[in-house]
Amino acid sequence: MTAHLLSLIIFTPLLGALLILLIPKSQESLIKQIALLATGIVFLLALLTFQTFNPGQADFQLIEKAVWIPQFNVHYFVGMDGISFPMILLTALISLLACLGSFGIQERQKEYYFLYLLLETGMMGTFLALDLFLFYVFWEVVLVPMYFLIGIWGGPRREYAAIKFFLYTLAGSLLMLLGILALYFNSNPHTFDWTELVKNSFALGFQKMVFLAFFFGFAIKVPVFPFHTWLPDAHVEAPTPISVILAGVLLKMGTYGFMRFSYPLFPEASVWFRPFFALLAVIGIVYGGFVALAQTDFKKMVAYSSVSHMGFVLLGLAALTQNGWNGALLQMFNHGTITGGLFLLVGVLYDRAHTRDMNAFGGLSAQMPVYSGILIFFSLASLGLPGLSGFISEFLVLLGGYQYHKTTTALACLGIILAAAYLLLMIRRVLLGPLNKKWQSLPEINTREIFTLVPLMILILAIGIYPKAILHYMTPALEALLLKVGGTLS
Amino acid sequence: MIEYTPLIPLLPLAAFTINILFGRYVRRAASWISILASAGACVLSYPAILAVAQGGHFLKSWHWLTLGNYKLQFGYLLDPLSATLLFVVTLVGTLIQIYSVGYMHEDPRFSRFFAYLSLFMSAMLTLVISNNYIQFFMAWEVMGLCSYLLIGFWFEKDSAANAARKAFLTTRVGDVGFFLGILTLFVAAGTLNFADLESIQPGPAVLAAALLIFCGTIGKSAQFPLHVWLPDAMEGPTPVSALIHAATMVAAGVFLVARSFVLFARFPLCMGMITIIGTITAFMAAFIALSATDIKKVLAYSTISQLGFMVTALGLGGLSAGAFHLMTHAFFKALLFLGAGSVIHGTGTQDIRQMGGLFKKMKHTGATFLIAALAIAGVPPLSGFWSKDEILVTAFNSGNFLVYGILTFTAFMTSFYMFRLVFLTFFGTPRDSHVHAHESPAVMTGPLWILALGSIAVGLPGSPWMHHWFQNFIHGRAAAEGAHHAEETLNLTVMGASIAAGLAGILLAAWMYLGKQKRSEWILQKFRPLYELSANKFWFDEIYAAWIVRPFQTFAQFLFDFDQRVIDGAVNQTGFATLFASRIQMGFDKYIIDGGVNFMGLFTQFFSRALRRIQTGFIQHYLLFVFLSILLFIFIELRQ
Repeated sequence: MTAHLLSLIIFTPLLGALLILLIPKSQESLIKQIALLATGIVFLLALLTFQTFNPGQADFQLIEKAVWIPQFNVHYFVGMDGISFPMILLTALISLLACLGSFGIQERQKEYYFLYLLLETGMMGTFLALDLFLFYVFWEVVLVPMYFLIGIWGGPRREYAAIKFFLYTLAGSLLMLLGILALYFNSNPHTFDWTELVKNSFALGFQKMVFLAFFFGFAIKVPVFPFHTWLPDAHVEAPTPISVILAGVLLKMGTYGFMRFSYPLFPEASVWFRPFFALLAVIGIVYGGFVALAQTDFKKMVAYSSVSHMGFVLLGLAALTQNGWNGALLQMFNHGTITGGLFLLVGVLYDRAHTRDMNAFGGLSAQMPVYSGILIFFSLASLGLPGLSGFISEFLVLLGGYQYHKTTTALACLGIILAAAYLLLMIRRVLLGPLNKKWQSLPEINTREIFTLVPLMILILAIGIYPKAILHYMTPALEALLLKVGGTLS
Repeated sequence: MIEYTPLIPLLPLAAFTINILFGRYVRRAASWISILASAGACVLSYPAILAVAQGGHFLKSWHWLTLGNYKLQFGYLLDPLSATLLFVVTLVGTLIQIYSVGYMHEDPRFSRFFAYLSLFMSAMLTLVISNNYIQFFMAWEVMGLCSYLLIGFWFEKDSAANAARKAFLTTRVGDVGFFLGILTLFVAAGTLNFADLESIQPGPAVLAAALLIFCGTIGKSAQFPLHVWLPDAMEGPTPVSALIHAATMVAAGVFLVARSFVLFARFPLCMGMITIIGTITAFMAAFIALSATDIKKVLAYSTISQLGFMVTALGLGGLSAGAFHLMTHAFFKALLFLGAGSVIHGTGTQDIRQMGGLFKKMKHTGATFLIAALAIAGVPPLSGFWSKDEILVTAFNSGNFLVYGILTFTAFMTSFYMFRLVFLTFFGTPRDSHVHAHESPAVMTGPLWILALGSIAVGLPGSPWMHHWFQNFIHGRAAAEGAHHAEETLNLTVMGASIAAGLAGILLAAWMYLGKQKRSEWILQKFRPLYELSANKFWFDEIYAAWIVRPFQTFAQFLFDFDQRVIDGAVNQTGFATLFASRIQMGFDKYIIDGGVNFMGLFTQFFSRALRRIQTGFIQHYLLFVFLSILLFIFIELRQ
């Protein structure tokens, strides 16, 4: 069973997708069941890795390698280490929950679930591929279903948002492709193999060029300021489950790329670009926070808060310390659970009220107490309340950042105040104050919706109280990587 | 019994979990779950307190997180300071929860109220026994959350919802400073344990850490300039004001200074800063309290002022004086708030101008309120007298006579505003015929009497009658022999001045408010500018709104516009530019390239059409062409 575990994780959704293609359109409930089953199996398989994954080992585990295109030395090469492990868990979990959250969608279900499962295959492959060619293929596989999922099932400006998302990210990925080819032709022997490439030491000038090429590919995905404007549009227009996937998993592909490829392959260039990286991170944190404060659209606010929170990941990376990296990877995971939850909650409200204008609400805490409690929980996690997971990762990032550069980190702390400001303003507008008469018949959150949120809440609370449990899987791999790059462990 | 210490915060946490998850089922039993948990914590803490009083010092910790090479250990630290706070928090906390049963009995969200209170108790107790800054900070923030939830408990009121947000955000400003202080300390000294503070090498980075950590106190203990949230926090139910915004949570800031005392005391600059902030706060808040008309607002400003006293004491090096006042204040201020709550419960109003003559109708409330007022005014031998006297002695002995003078004058103002409140509320004649007062039930007056007893008695361990037992206890017996002798010596001059200030305040209040009404109005006319200053609270809220909040919002809006127009604009412009370029290309393609191809086609077609005309199919025509061509050739040949 464990022999091809990673391949099973990658291709089970694809199998489900193909199965769905064979089923007539009218069998809607069967289609849903297959989708749920596929994502459920992937989740179980991801849990199964717990059994075989050795947290103490920094190297890749569960490796599978086969020749794919011998002419160009391209391999099907997948493996998992402490960096991809949390991402796989996150992807499996978010995909399962968002699948459950998709059940409200009524139009063109066959196509929807087909694309949805294809998307999951792409995401899993991206996090597990160790051959750059394979990585690029999966990276692009993600793009296509996403384009359709936003463009067909989205809101009123869905076509604009989908095209913007597609073209913007595609432009970035093409630069990345150039970088990958540059690496291929400059390595000796020519290879796309990560483990081989990492042994090469390229000249600094070359490193800088290719670093930048990769940077655009990843930075647009994260998104790093000033490449972030596709995100609010995509989020606002995307249907709820797709927003959840977008914030929960897709953004992490960018930061994962930095961690997996940019830093180990171009260690000198990473150090050279470090100040710019830190600067962009802090601008993102503060800028995203301020802009989130000015929003009246609930979903747009959460979207901009993502820009701010992903800034912390970058800051942790730029720190090049163990604390910073631990924090960065944990922040990727936590942002996925927290912001994923927030988007689900926005969706719950939108499905009932058909508006996202925060000023239109008020006093819902009396009308929907359970919903309010859960929303407050996720908001607190997002604003970094101790005892919940967001605090741990922000603390580690800031500690690491502080060891690197004090002023920058102190400025980043402004982001913490801003997070409290915009989230409490949201709570104030939506939940508190006198109940708006218009919403007197708004039904409470239902059981299915609660089911999609509770696992996230448990994770957020557990990591917040006992972070060692998850950090213990990440640290060895991060340490080894950090030593390669030349960072500090203290 | 010491090994059960971790249970002290865990019991209320369990109560919170039960009440928040199963509130719908436990209903009114929620109160008993919370109270039992709190009482259990109280019982469990007494063996610990006794052991500490016998000179014990207990530290136990568990590995929680690895920070690089440093292992962060969570655990408990029991020393005289934490023992004092354990005593105060568990006892006062339990009493206030019992009182709440009566105060909140009609509230539809009864179980949720007790859930929040239990969460608060858990966080506060975690903070009290914590052994390191991170655990302390985590509990500190959770208390901030409880404060937020409880201030906004009646969230249907806009004022309550706004006050909650204001409290959280204002304290968070201080908390971020505190957080940065922790980071600075860790980077500079490599430790976060309270036990290691003594061995830290002082340096500029450690000084910066100390100053930043103090920012936490400024926010949480509502010190100038971040004090603005506490008066608004009175929007919460009164038991909350008593427990969180008077007796315990706001005192956590003072506790932080006491905890970090060995660190702060190394730096005269830091101590000076603490003294200045504390003195300004003490004076300013007392001055505002002079003119407040809401019974809870008077008490809120009084709390700020008293916290200023404690902070000043610590800044001047009076660790035991500060801790002592913290303890006594917790009792009499909780009592004052609960008494105010009883008055509000009985009359349905908070405006003291509508009250008057309540003593006859509310004997228990009135008597206990009077005891607390005497205690805070500093009338011997009540608890407030001894602790306030300690602070004044510390100020006097430090040789800083400006501070001493200001504090003594503030003591005078304290007793004045307190008795203005007492006289307007309980004495004289009822001023509003719509108010029908009735005494509160025993579940509320019982805790009042126990707290009254405390307000009288908890000062005694620190009095000369018990040879300053409390002060020795705080410093540990060994230290008492050395550096802090000065604190112990009786200073009759200071004591006399303190008593005089207290009595003068009471007498002035009696003269102004018990006699003819004209007197207070005459004073008001006489000191109009000062009154305006006090009644408008130094315009702090207005200044912050105009200079901080609004620019902040404007800037946010500006950045959003910038984002839309410039950054997203650039993206869209790139898109449009590409589109435009592609149009040009398309035009080029259509007219030049494809045009060229089509032209070739048309050209060919045109000529073929022309040539077609000679393809007639008649053999005679072709022969004619041949004939004419031959003639043409011959003609050309012949010309050469």
